[in-house]
Amino acid sequence: MKARVHIMLKTGVLDPQGEAVRHALGSLGFDGVDGVRQGKVIELDLTESDPEAAKAEVTKMCEALLANTVIERYDVELV
Amino acid sequence: MKAAVLVFPGSNCDRDLAVALRAAGFSVEMVWHKETALPAGVDFVGVPGGFSFGDYLRCGAIAARSPIIGALKSHVEAGGYALGICNGFQVLLETGLLPGALMRNAGLKFICKPVELEVATAASDFTESHAAGDIVTYPVAHHDGNYQADEDTLAALVDQDRVAFRYREELNGSVDRIAGILSENRRVLGLMPHPERAADEALGMTDGALMFRALSRAVVDA
Repeated sequence: MKARVHIMLKTGVLDPQGEAVRHALGSLGFDGVDGVRQGKVIELDLTESDPEAAKAEVTKMCEALLANTVIERYDVELV
Repeated sequence: MKAAVLVFPGSNCDRDLAVALRAAGFSVEMVWHKETALPAGVDFVGVPGGFSFGDYLRCGAIAARSPIIGALKSHVEAGGYALGICNGFQVLLETGLLPGALMRNAGLKFICKPVELEVATAASDFTESHAAGDIVTYPVAHHDGNYQADEDTLAALVDQDRVAFRYREELNGSVDRIAGILSENRRVLGLMPHPERAADEALGMTDGALMFRALSRAVVDA
């Protein structure tokens, strides 16, 4: 089973890289972009075959290492 | 007077820190991150700058889960002194020993230059050589030094006089120009600028030596 973890900065946390991307898009003539937030996607190959157990395990991984919950939020998706 | 300097793959200020500590009178042991215990009788632990684990995932994130970190936490919980510089500060935040997070510099550029810092509090064994408001010069060399914390954490840091250093001028987007913070018991300091790179005449800056000498006095008195 594969899991995909989406990690994004929490709302309200300034994302300097996203801002830079927004400016760059503007300078390319894409005027309709009000905001850009940049995050990470982490894909995991798991031996676990039970979806519920897999999700619980990946959630633990997020809390322990994959996300810094001071500034980031995460979503776990099984694929 | 015994200090341990932790070494991770990618640490690159570990030996500079050891030199600065020895000059202040400490005997220093380098401790590889795979160790699970600190040498007996360690008074002080330094977490050095560098690029531990290549800054993979997040700066300091993987180092903060190394085997040695359990021993660092026990040392700190027992009231021991610890100092995290630059990447070491990032590691201390990732361990949760200090609050907040360090994000990419607001200007997105790696900043490498001497900067003026305001000593925000003299009430710590790291800063007691100074008066609050004194200006010191240490070099910075970082890409992710933009200190951020939620409002409650910031209010607590200010109310408890735990901001140790502020950049004299806006540098990297850090909230309240924070360059370094103290733990609640004031025995753990994390800061982005490098006192160990300002601790010898040959380096052109000596303000940092005052911090290491102050620490050595504190350890003797403790």
